[in-house]
Amino acid sequence: MTYIPHSSAERDEMLETIGVKTLDDLFKDIPAEHRFPKLDLPSALSEMEAGELLAELASYNETNKEMASFLGAGMYNHYVPSVVDHILRRGEFYTAYTPYQPEISQGTLQAIFEYQSLMTSLTGMELSNASHYDGATATAEAVNMAYAISRGKRTKVVLSPGVHPHYRETVKTYVQMQDIQVTGDDVSNKMDMSLESLVDQVDDSTALVVVQYPDFFGNLLDYTDLITKVHAKGALVCVVANPTALGLFKTPGEMGADIVVGEGQPLGLPLWFGGPSLGFFTTLKKHVHKMAGRLVGETVDSRGEKGYVLTLTAREQHIKRERATSNICSNQGLMALGSAVYLALVGKNGLKQVANLCYQKAHYAAAQFKKHGIRVVNDVPFFHEFVIELDEDVSEINEHLLHHGIIGGYDLSKDYPTLKNHMLVAFTEMNSKEQIDLFVETLAEEPHA
Amino acid sequence: MNTPSNLKYTGTDEWFDPASGKVGLSDFAQNSLSDIVFVELLVGVGDTISAGDHIASVESVKASAEVNSPVSGKVVAINEGAVETPDSLNSDPYGAAWLIQVEGASTDGLMDAGAYEVDCASRDH
Repeated sequence: MTYIPHSSAERDEMLETIGVKTLDDLFKDIPAEHRFPKLDLPSALSEMEAGELLAELASYNETNKEMASFLGAGMYNHYVPSVVDHILRRGEFYTAYTPYQPEISQGTLQAIFEYQSLMTSLTGMELSNASHYDGATATAEAVNMAYAISRGKRTKVVLSPGVHPHYRETVKTYVQMQDIQVTGDDVSNKMDMSLESLVDQVDDSTALVVVQYPDFFGNLLDYTDLITKVHAKGALVCVVANPTALGLFKTPGEMGADIVVGEGQPLGLPLWFGGPSLGFFTTLKKHVHKMAGRLVGETVDSRGEKGYVLTLTAREQHIKRERATSNICSNQGLMALGSAVYLALVGKNGLKQVANLCYQKAHYAAAQFKKHGIRVVNDVPFFHEFVIELDEDVSEINEHLLHHGIIGGYDLSKDYPTLKNHMLVAFTEMNSKEQIDLFVETLAEEPHA
Repeated sequence: MNTPSNLKYTGTDEWFDPASGKVGLSDFAQNSLSDIVFVELLVGVGDTISAGDHIASVESVKASAEVNSPVSGKVVAINEGAVETPDSLNSDPYGAAWLIQVEGASTDGLMDAGAYEVDCASRDH
């Protein structure tokens, strides 16, 4: 069938109405040689040939499926139960979009409602929006919101150097055309990672302090005291949290955080090729009118039956328009569903078990590194990720590890110039004891490690 | 449409009571916005404001609006009751739903009830 519904007669009529003779006349401003440039493409392949070519290209790829991976730094190699994929691929759900005519999409709304409920209970916060694109954009929206809560009167944001480097970059991209100054994360010299120094930077023009839990280096710090001190100066605190860690440790909500955001990928989403991903955003009820995105609520219809609605869309263009505090009006619906399915499936105890496995394996690895004379840099408790110091350039070592079937850790010198030869290594339930032993031994055998 | 004659009005639908110094949103405005679900006051007691400043943000089920101050002066009281019960702006726009109280304001440039009614009629399609 043709997807162009106009008949030739209708087309001629339209052309006559606007006063041109042929369709080509509409394109006369584009030089003729640029209208249909000759493309240097090989001849078309049959379906069978194309399939073979793609399979061959895919076979060059080395992935965490066949290799042992110790790379984390924001995205983590967790087991994804097959139920997640089965539900995601159901035709009823298979769209990335929040519906434009929401009330007729009760199933989608209910899924988002369940997702929101799960996220609030995970973070210990009062409400969750329907999600953002990823942890980085959720963090940037937290900055936007804190600025809006201060009604634009507080224009400074203090970012801890322990917040993911990409998130800090995203925040800076978001605020570059606004009257917001970002401070606290100069990493060019020796970093001051102490919480006291973050508090010291807070003044009466500070809207928000952003910290990460565990921080980018894996450190697990209780921010209760920091939050109390920041609140005393009238600013808010956003905690960027790893959702797996929240299954085992004190929640940022319990610490008194105003906003808790993070990357939802560890909850049932594969690593893919860096996305699509999921950003969760939770906060306190009193801030609901400044929150970006959508909020789904449960209600009863005119017959008294349970139903779901978009409770809050005021931030969106169609109501708030140019006065909206954010132009985000969509969510990451399909990925939020994936995380909701994962959390519902593993349950409270299952998530705790996953987190505990990660924790135990990381601590086993740390003990093994120490035993083999490799320095573990972290000097406070850590979760499933920590920093080791090596004697050689990390990218070179990683090249060597690849030959042993190992995807090595993250080269910290890329983002922290003072951390040359420092590797950030991550451990999850996917890493067997054998894999960990091989990793430690291979690094220990490195002539210069 | 209810337009009390003791009040003064702006072309952006705020009212000002010269006797008490109170400021609010007109009956015409609440009727155009329909059910008001959220009120946020953007000024506090002690603030000095100028005519035209945003003093509140109001959201209804179908629109959102900024409330401008009809007068210049010093804010001496704000009405938290309007924030707690946004629907009072619909049910009692000239009574319980006043928004702020201003001291030392002049009514220069404001419309009387008759002129405001004519203005509303010209905008009401």
